[in-house]
Amino acid sequence: MSLQQFINEAISPWMKEEGPDSDIVMSSRIRLARNFQNYPFPIISSEERMEEILQFFKEEYAGKSFRDYHQFEVVEMDKLQSVEKRVLVEKHLISPHLTEHSKHSASLISQNEQVSIMINEEDHIRIQLYFPGFQLDRALEQASQLDDWLEEKVDYAFDENRGYLTACPTNVGTGMRASVMMHLPALAMTQQITRMTPAINQLGLVVRGIFGEGSEALGNIFQISNQITLGKSEEDIVEDLHSIVKQLIDQERKARQALMHRSGVQLEDRVFRSYGVLKHSRIIESKEAAKCLSDLRLGIDLGFIDHIPKTILNELMVLTQPGFLQQYAKESLSPSERDVRRASLIRERLQLENKE
Amino acid sequence: MDCQRCHKRPATVHLTQVINGEKTEVHVCAYCAKEQGYMSDNQDFTLNDLLSGLFNYDKSSSYKGKQSKSHQSNKQLKCPACGLTYQEFAQVGKFGCADCYKTFDDRLNPIFRRVHSGNIKHDGKIPKREGGNLHLKKQMNEYKTQLQNLIEQEEFEEAAKIRDQIRSLDEQIHHGQGGEE
Repeated sequence: MSLQQFINEAISPWMKEEGPDSDIVMSSRIRLARNFQNYPFPIISSEERMEEILQFFKEEYAGKSFRDYHQFEVVEMDKLQSVEKRVLVEKHLISPHLTEHSKHSASLISQNEQVSIMINEEDHIRIQLYFPGFQLDRALEQASQLDDWLEEKVDYAFDENRGYLTACPTNVGTGMRASVMMHLPALAMTQQITRMTPAINQLGLVVRGIFGEGSEALGNIFQISNQITLGKSEEDIVEDLHSIVKQLIDQERKARQALMHRSGVQLEDRVFRSYGVLKHSRIIESKEAAKCLSDLRLGIDLGFIDHIPKTILNELMVLTQPGFLQQYAKESLSPSERDVRRASLIRERLQLENKE
Repeated sequence: MDCQRCHKRPATVHLTQVINGEKTEVHVCAYCAKEQGYMSDNQDFTLNDLLSGLFNYDKSSSYKGKQSKSHQSNKQLKCPACGLTYQEFAQVGKFGCADCYKTFDDRLNPIFRRVHSGNIKHDGKIPKREGGNLHLKKQMNEYKTQLQNLIEQEEFEEAAKIRDQIRSLDEQIHHGQGGEE
């Protein structure tokens, strides 16, 4: 398979589109947790009961379409190889939890991969919907419609006082987690983001890195999401998140301007050095790749580089994850082999742009 | 701020633990947070794992008369639907089924308050079918506050309109029950 083909299949169709404020906001996501009324939650459920739920979804929803979301495919976790599961996690279509509890679990994925409905995760149902760029309102509206569509056939566990009942007390009420994935290189470079994080936390929102392990935010990519799900309406939660994200966008733009103004040459140098590393290295660790990709993306946004599409960061952050590298190589790879593969995949990918 | 534990990485996990009324602040990096069990491997935010600590918090003194009775029955408190005991719930930090919410109801407010910034009551979406006439009840409450405001402002004409709407809504609630399946 050619690299171009591999990329076409690997990158979710919705990710190739550019949404509003896409210079900073990569994607918006709404996740709704729902449960059946008369079934125990997956963590203590018997296998039979979980299987009943899975069968219900297979019978009722396989191949169905709803609005823009066509032909839901039921992807059963039990039937996947571990590398295939890993790839789905790296595409953020399923959670790591689902891969760890594969028995009787599945995901209903729409053809454009914008919607993934996880079955028998921590809750019976987890509806997840992505939009490119900053489109929280639209994401909420559509997620809510998907929710209504499921409710036509599912008796939800709901209580007048507590709202939607979930396995974990942290999700009860709306069952909603709204999140926004942002590229914040200037705020990270100037360390402003670490100063802003505690204040954001106090507002009931969480900031964290989305790629990589531990404290660092690989590729300067941060996820901002709501922590509170009880006592506030979905619209209010989204509005609060929206206003904070809006401020972060403004701050990031200001910080970029200031950097350009104060140290334009240094910034340009940094961008092109990173571009050079990506273009020529033979071995590259995921951390270095992420840093260079972030610089490259910043360089594109600032106009230093104009022949490479903006989506390169999103695309290569996903493609250079271990699961994808191994899927492309069609064999399992040791970490050092991966670093070699990663370097060559990035080189090849950048060459595709030079040809045009 | 550097991580309190390893002093190498920046502290990104900031926790305030309240155990028996004593407040401790923890500032660690995510790696140490995982090591120390504040955070689970799947990078879910730390709260999940802190929860079980929260549930056990009220073991000692802070509960008065009425609650101490329920505290005694705690050990036997068991969800009739799924068999989960309160003890197990406190350990795992997860409910076993929808009925657990009713079974443990007396004990849940303090937990929800801590997790959801003082909130204990849902104020969001109501499902169409399962919500029954909750939609109408919610509308009714809104009308009633409107009516109150209008009366205070002496806007009696408007208030009369709202009153009529309340009447017809009231009828819907009492006659329309079970109409929507």
